[in-house]
Amino acid sequence: MAQPLVKKDDDRDDEADYSPFLGIEKGAVLQEARVFNDPQLDPRRCSQVITKLLYLLNQGETFTKVEATEVFFAVTKLFQSKDIGLRRMVYVMIKELSPSADEVIIVTSSLMKDMTSKTDMYRANAIRVLCRITDGTLLTQIERYLKQAIVDKNPVVASAALVSGIHLLQTNPEIVKRWSNEVQEAVQSRAALVQFHALALLHQIRQNDRLAVNKLVSSLTKGSVRSPLAQCLLIRYTSQVIRESANNNQAGDRPFYDFLEGCLRHKAEMVIFEAARAITELNGVTSRELTPAITVLQLFLSSSKPVLRFAAVRTLNKVAMTHPVAVTNCNIDMESLISDQNRSIATLAITTLLKTGNESSVDRLMKQITNFMSDIADEFKIVVVEAIRSLCLKFPLKHRSLMNFLSNILREEGGFEYKKAIVDSIVILIRDIPEAKESGLLHLCEFIEDCEFTYLSTQILHFLGIEGPKTSDPSKYIRYIYNRVHLENATVRAGAVSTLAKFGAMVDTLKPRVFVLLRRCLFDNDDEVRDRATLYINTLGGDGAVVETGEDVKEFLFGSLDIPLVNLENSLKNYEPSEESFDINSVPKEVKTQPLAEKKAPGKKPTGLGASPAGPPSTVDAYEKLLSSIPEFANFGKLFKSSAPVELTEAETEYAVNVVKHIFDGHVVFQYNCTNTIPEQLLENVTVIVDASEAEEFAEVASKPLRSLPYDSPGQTFVAFEKPEGVPAVGKFSNMLRFIVKEVDPSTGEAEDDGVEDEYQLEELEVVAADYMLKVGVSNFRNAWETMDADCERVDEYGLGPRESLAEAVNAVINLLGMQPCEGTEVVPNNSRSHTCLLSGVYIGNVKVLVRLQFGLDGPKDVAMKLAVRSEDEAVSDAIHEIVASG
Amino acid sequence: MESCPSIKNILLLDSEGNRVAVKYYSDEWPNNSVKEAFEKSLFSKTQKTNARTEAEIAMFESHIIVYKFVQDLHFFVTGAENENELILVTVLQGFFDAVGLLLRGTVDKKEALENLDLILLCLDEIVDGGIILETDANVIAGKVASHSIDAAAPLSEQTISQALATAREHLARSLLK
Repeated sequence: MAQPLVKKDDDRDDEADYSPFLGIEKGAVLQEARVFNDPQLDPRRCSQVITKLLYLLNQGETFTKVEATEVFFAVTKLFQSKDIGLRRMVYVMIKELSPSADEVIIVTSSLMKDMTSKTDMYRANAIRVLCRITDGTLLTQIERYLKQAIVDKNPVVASAALVSGIHLLQTNPEIVKRWSNEVQEAVQSRAALVQFHALALLHQIRQNDRLAVNKLVSSLTKGSVRSPLAQCLLIRYTSQVIRESANNNQAGDRPFYDFLEGCLRHKAEMVIFEAARAITELNGVTSRELTPAITVLQLFLSSSKPVLRFAAVRTLNKVAMTHPVAVTNCNIDMESLISDQNRSIATLAITTLLKTGNESSVDRLMKQITNFMSDIADEFKIVVVEAIRSLCLKFPLKHRSLMNFLSNILREEGGFEYKKAIVDSIVILIRDIPEAKESGLLHLCEFIEDCEFTYLSTQILHFLGIEGPKTSDPSKYIRYIYNRVHLENATVRAGAVSTLAKFGAMVDTLKPRVFVLLRRCLFDNDDEVRDRATLYINTLGGDGAVVETGEDVKEFLFGSLDIPLVNLENSLKNYEPSEESFDINSVPKEVKTQPLAEKKAPGKKPTGLGASPAGPPSTVDAYEKLLSSIPEFANFGKLFKSSAPVELTEAETEYAVNVVKHIFDGHVVFQYNCTNTIPEQLLENVTVIVDASEAEEFAEVASKPLRSLPYDSPGQTFVAFEKPEGVPAVGKFSNMLRFIVKEVDPSTGEAEDDGVEDEYQLEELEVVAADYMLKVGVSNFRNAWETMDADCERVDEYGLGPRESLAEAVNAVINLLGMQPCEGTEVVPNNSRSHTCLLSGVYIGNVKVLVRLQFGLDGPKDVAMKLAVRSEDEAVSDAIHEIVASG
Repeated sequence: MESCPSIKNILLLDSEGNRVAVKYYSDEWPNNSVKEAFEKSLFSKTQKTNARTEAEIAMFESHIIVYKFVQDLHFFVTGAENENELILVTVLQGFFDAVGLLLRGTVDKKEALENLDLILLCLDEIVDGGIILETDANVIAGKVASHSIDAAAPLSEQTISQALATAREHLARSLLK
């Protein structure tokens, strides 16, 4: 490597000396520009002045309108010179000045003359400049020349016209669209770049005509594209066509896949990569389709060029999210990238490995990461932390080493976002892996001993208050909490007081000690801390004796507010001080905006501290609260499961409706989340008429209409069905949205008085067996399996018929049962002929179910499956078999 | 998504992060101070990396940036986050090599400033309004040089005639290939 010639400080003066622009000043240069007006032009001198002007502009200097216009007029004089070099500078100068100067249009005639010149360079540049300053009327005048230029023999001229066409399409589409014959001809050009520009313009002209794009792609994929850039474009257009045709063409081979695959053997790396990336991004890509793309990306991983490695690892990282198995082949190459000098590459490599690795490689990976964490930036560390979290959820047995890793990095230096990511991850692990709870809580305790972020301290104290009392030895946390009362700011102290009180309330034996500590807080110098201490001493009661805490006290301390905070805030703002005290019952309980927030993150697990039991309620809690606040549904009992929202309308329709299925023991409630996307309409009395004729075991018992549904403010309507108790009844329901529609005046926002009744057909919805199964993981499947009574085991074999792949069959069965895959067994290694998958869940009636699935390939594509079920109830074991048999 | 590959900016900075020549094609950077802030932080982020033998790459503020250094000059090309990295690096290489040809191998800040007109013309020939015009260094340099054919060489006569000779030579060689 060449030694960089770094200038030392002592010769900085020399360095400044040799700049030809030393001491340059705008006023002086503007004076110099007068040479443009000389009758005898000196081209060399003029070029120099233009260069100086461009230098000033480039350094960020601005010219006033008057200055710019003056220079501009002077520059136009230079068209008299025949000097080619000067003319070239003039073109650049005009482009730089055109946004700020007035009357740029006066150069039109000079430029039009150049545009028809015999010199190619004049023609090409005049076109580019002219199109930059042109307007609609002028464009019609020069249109004829532009069309000619597009098919000009000189590629530079043709490209200039085509690129200008791409820019003009934004402002004058109707004119540019008239050029499509010429552009079409240019697509066949032998010059590489002309072809590229012509293809880009042609596609933009036709982009809204699906059929035309389709035709364009089919004719070009047969092979007449020479330029790598044009080939990249063609790949992009092809994947667009594939995506759009996917809906109509479910079965059979994917159209144009062969073309993409062929591009993997192109000689330009740019094209190979574009094609590989396009393949990995295909909707529902199969592992057979993926394999060739992964193979070329794998080759790139060991390239000497960082850009190539980066491109490949970034793409593989994305693939690993959806098809981890497909990427496992690259693991060896990926591991050598962990020590890559380029930290972006290293981070992407390591997070990919975390996604694709198996249980045995975890420890080794962790060791490598530890070495490398200290020298990457915070934003990359967050990526690593998130990857570790999902890894830990995938392999709960490894929680010890992963938790240790998290606690170690928690102790190191880092910014707020990074620390928050770590704390969130620990909280999630504590929640999802019972074995990790105690060690996790202790790690958090140690962290707050030396935590500079008030927000994190209070959140952790709150979480401790909920989880700490439930552990085997709650007393060991007291010290950490009480230390906060001594050492922290008022906010944290107040939080610590509340947490102490929770321990006192939940653990009767600790109550006297907590009482003493709370008394000391009465002398705090912050009033909030004192107030809380007083309040808790009174509510706990018993004067510090070991007594049981009353239910209502626990409810007060742990129960969360069943009123949306927004509504409470509004009501408090509206409350005027008077004789009548504020009545908390008057606050409306209806949640207005919540479904929208949910829609934004469908299927996302609530994460972090927000999801801890007493934080803002998690989805299930929120649903439960919502449903129990509706009197019609209040007596349905405990909510067993709420499904993820199922869309009942296509995207971008007038009304967007999705449904959440709430399963109760003897009832099913459909919650229809409706959004009105028409600003000129107000919907009232919105109901869903459900036809349950294809669901014999269900009988409609109640429905709750939505009074009004204004534009873009989601609302819910409910329909409840009765079904045989504890029975996993299934059925199909067809839905019709019925409402009264009122016109809204868009200027005033007021609705008319009279409305018209109308209906809107929604898609069908189905209640399936999986709706009665809760996804609940177990950390050690073998143990759980052994402890389950073998008498309740039911084993049978099934033929699944021809399948796309083993992985596809495994996924199908998992989805059918709706159970939680354990220990990462949902992932099927490539090319394997057999696979075992472990599932666990809780069936309606709170029956724990474990399933062991053994798949084998029988012949080329036929999949056979052995299904072993153990559960706490043999009837349930039978029921699981029935689900599979009928599915 | 199915759009034409586009370039957001091309930057040529010196070894302290100061501008030699820059060109922005995207209005994501509305004014000069935002541009300068971007250049400064990009410079400090990439300063310590070794981008002298091979072009390097970084993700920065949701852009993909490819860059290459020589002597006291730092070349950058910025594209969108989902852009094909290899297209960006082709543009970078085209710019880098074209400058090398035009400065006849002596690529440093001094030469670049003395031949700033060539550098600016070079930028003008590579990208037009964000759309890639040409990526072949020989063609780019050939176009820039041929424009100055009849001009008395600006600033340094010897430089330009030699640049021309080199550029022509390269052009000829590429044609013979």
